[in-house]
Amino acid sequence: MNSLNILGFFVVLIFFGLMIAVAILIRQKEAPKLREIAAFKRLGRAIGLAVEAGSRLHVSLGRGQMLSRQSAIGFVGLSILDRIGRSTSISDRPPIATSGEGTLGILTQDSQRVTAKYLGVESDPTRGRITGVTPYSYAAGTLSFIEEEEIGANLLIGSFGNEVALITDAAERKEGMTLGGTDNLAGQAVLFAAAQEPLIGEESYAGGAYLGAGRMHIASLYVQDIVRWVLIGIILLGALLKLFGVL
Amino acid sequence: MGADWYYSIGSSSEVIRCAVRNPLYPAIAIGVGIVVLLGYFLQIELLVNVRIIFLEWATILIGVALLIGVINLFIVHLNKAISDHPSRYNSIALLVGLILTLLVVGWFKPTHAVSVWIFKYIQIPIESSLVALLSIVLIYSGVRLLRRKPNLLTIIFLATAVVILLVSGPLFGIEIPGLAALRIWIGKVPAVAGARGILLGISLGIIAAGLRILMGADRPYGEN
Repeated sequence: MNSLNILGFFVVLIFFGLMIAVAILIRQKEAPKLREIAAFKRLGRAIGLAVEAGSRLHVSLGRGQMLSRQSAIGFVGLSILDRIGRSTSISDRPPIATSGEGTLGILTQDSQRVTAKYLGVESDPTRGRITGVTPYSYAAGTLSFIEEEEIGANLLIGSFGNEVALITDAAERKEGMTLGGTDNLAGQAVLFAAAQEPLIGEESYAGGAYLGAGRMHIASLYVQDIVRWVLIGIILLGALLKLFGVL
Repeated sequence: MGADWYYSIGSSSEVIRCAVRNPLYPAIAIGVGIVVLLGYFLQIELLVNVRIIFLEWATILIGVALLIGVINLFIVHLNKAISDHPSRYNSIALLVGLILTLLVVGWFKPTHAVSVWIFKYIQIPIESSLVALLSIVLIYSGVRLLRRKPNLLTIIFLATAVVILLVSGPLFGIEIPGLAALRIWIGKVPAVAGARGILLGISLGIIAAGLRILMGADRPYGEN
């Protein structure tokens, strides 16, 4: 067991403890206030507009492999899909999801099935589609799908690379709103330029908290902020110690 | 997955259905997650061995999921091909391509010259043409960004992209003084600093998302 492993283990344990503590504190207080993120504010409006106009919402979950760190953003996308499915319960056009990975595709269909069961409506397995299994085949499949369906807003939350620009371009041509977040640096740069509402860094993981997925989502956001400030402090301290020749 | 249990309250004319959460799926997810996490950090032989077994099972399941994904793709396009959908010809082309590729690769094996030919002379050129299209789309996106958000951040973003592009390729033999040094400085200082900041945020997001699943607060496996 090396020292880096032990350090990592303790960081995870502290994170876990803080999440529990903050979740308990939130329970005692009323309606915790979250930092405003323009993208999620606009998403709320887009959901309402889509329900009124009878258009669909499209959630694209990317190609995150389940045995890699990319799976986390895929799970966040699934959580958002679930929340949106419940929010648009009065719409006659439920949200539709696309993905580029087999496991994500199955989880997408399963999530939609459970949401349909919760709402007491019939589930359609073709609303969760795998549009391609390589980056560009996935993009090509998704953009042709955006062309064909009447989509009011596109949420691209998952692991994407440069190819995401093709998807956002198709969405823009159909005059649909685009909100995008990814765990890939190149994909983030592309989304900053191409998406109407880009999510940067950890903002991509905050969707659940802003869509009312539960107390633990909000607690995890607070803990991320606490740990971030601790890390900033450590980095600055390290830089100062280096500057003065201590390190 | 995700079989909910229900019980009913009230008379037959007014029944309220209350979902009772099935504890089996979260228990499996949390249990396996904790073993894999501990096996990663603590190098105890038993934990490491169990972790490897779980990862091997997951790898097999991912392979099966890919197969199911291809079947899903086939069914969606088959339904479209037999309907009077305007884009049914695209679906027919996809189905023909899929069946032919499966037959060829299944008959000759994936590493045979004929299978490699399909990959080399059909798939790679098509994907390359999409990459070429991407460069045009990105330029267009840059212009659209300037129209949508004409602020200082956008100008810095686009100016940086232009500087990197100018130095990345030959510019008719012209050398703009200081541009190469500026590109090196951008690559070494602001780009690295920004990337590290973003990666730090992503890492914290990944830890939070993982712990939410381990606690059962987030259940992406349908049972809810």
